Amino acid sequence: MTLAAPDPQSVSRAIAALVRTDRGRLLSALITRLKDFQLAEEALQDALASAVVHWGRAGLPASPRGWLLKVALRKAIDRLRTSAREGRKATEIARLSVAEAAETTTDDIPDERLRLIFTCCHPALEPKTRVALTLRTLGGLSTTEVADAFLDNETTMGQRLSRARTKILGAGIPYAVPGPEDWDERLQSVLKVVYLIFNQGYSDGDGGRARQLSEEAIYLARMLNELRPGQAEVEGLLGLMLITEARRAARLASDGTSVSIPFQDRTLWDQGRIAEGVALLDEAMARRAAGPFQIKAAIAALHAQAEPPDWPQIVLLYDSLLRMEPTPVVQLNRAVALAEAGAVEAGLRVLESLAPALAAYQPFHAAHAEVLARSGRAEAALAAYDRAISLASNPSDAAFLRRRRDQLAEPSS
Amino acid sequence: MQYMALIYNDPSLEPAYGTPEFQAMMQGYAAFNETLKAAGAYVSGEGLRDVDTATSLRVRDGKVETMDGPFAETKERLGGYYIFDVPDLDAALRFAAMIPSAAYGTIEVRPVMDYNI
Repeated sequence: MTLAAPDPQSVSRAIAALVRTDRGRLLSALITRLKDFQLAEEALQDALASAVVHWGRAGLPASPRGWLLKVALRKAIDRLRTSAREGRKATEIARLSVAEAAETTTDDIPDERLRLIFTCCHPALEPKTRVALTLRTLGGLSTTEVADAFLDNETTMGQRLSRARTKILGAGIPYAVPGPEDWDERLQSVLKVVYLIFNQGYSDGDGGRARQLSEEAIYLARMLNELRPGQAEVEGLLGLMLITEARRAARLASDGTSVSIPFQDRTLWDQGRIAEGVALLDEAMARRAAGPFQIKAAIAALHAQAEPPDWPQIVLLYDSLLRMEPTPVVQLNRAVALAEAGAVEAGLRVLESLAPALAAYQPFHAAHAEVLARSGRAEAALAAYDRAISLASNPSDAAFLRRRRDQLAEPSS
Repeated sequence: MQYMALIYNDPSLEPAYGTPEFQAMMQGYAAFNETLKAAGAYVSGEGLRDVDTATSLRVRDGKVETMDGPFAETKERLGGYYIFDVPDLDAALRFAAMIPSAAYGTIEVRPVMDYNI
């Protein structure tokens, strides 16, 4: 009896799918066993290459993930044997050989991704490195894709990732979920990284890459929520991203101009995602541990749920946010909400006080122009639009602002 | 794993000798030393005399060149150090944050090279 030769295409498709869904989990398991980032990545690469050959001949094993883990451990031992790292060799190889022998080839490998995400987002690494390493290690992105997301070339990004792996090993950054005394602060650092990834994708226009980054961030937040359920700020962040992402299709006009929320076509909003985001937010709020992401999600939810939204409520939310993040940008958003809630003059006074701090910040001038126009100061509003247009960093924002300016200049048309 | 915590400070920003704040800082150091020892993490630690007493040296072409003062002129100067023996960077950073001078200057934390691995 002869077995039918497996179709090479279906084998490579199966491997690609495994890489997408299980790379983070496999890498996490390997890193915690090998205590070496670089070695783990290389060993997994070796194991995947081996899988192409073996599975192509013999078909997929019963437990592909377990097979890959065991083979990767063996490959790591091979690499240690042939490497120049003489001193490490003997004891490491002995330790790993025991671990490899004990490893069963079931798919049921423990999920170590929570430990790894805290390692990748460790404050001892540069913020940009945290983002890149998280995308590379826990997301499904290759070094090339991470480089593209940052508009870096592949060599520079490769060096950044390699320096990070060396530092984690050399500096003794632990593969550990932080203890209760460090938990809140370190979780904030992780959530900030995830939100940065999301924003990178959301503000980058509408290409496939941008969408992929936003989906990646949502995937990472879902993963966190699954691995450590019941964390109000994780739910808040996931809710915020879902509600924001739900508006993606309405964000740009057909000519590529950006469209701000009040002018968006609401029928294009993804109501399923908004509902999921709002439900998450409700769960988070019930835990009575308010944090900045929950408040931002609550503001996004109010915008999504009614037209016009409940502005006085939004002002109150910004008041709370300001206590946690006393930044000029939060003050700016609060001032706009204040004007929308009817307190135009009070809003203007706050805006004027922010002018020195935000002189070079385009959204400040755009908001200032809107509020000035509302208060009837047309000339000052036109000047503020001009300033905003000159600071706009992309053509679609500039086009949106120019349209608003023209509407104000010729109200009859 | 051993870590060295290098204490960099700008003397003009730290409490002056003889003031109650100076007393409090020194008591802070004494308490910190006890904490480290109780945790079994203390290896060594010393304060350094002021940079006025520093002499730098290098050997070039077989000749010793001696210079007055520290090698690099910076506002924050190396003022002392600790060596901790702890499991990982997080533990080292936790101790480093307890060094009283962290409130005035900067603490650089670096692993000590282990030549046996």
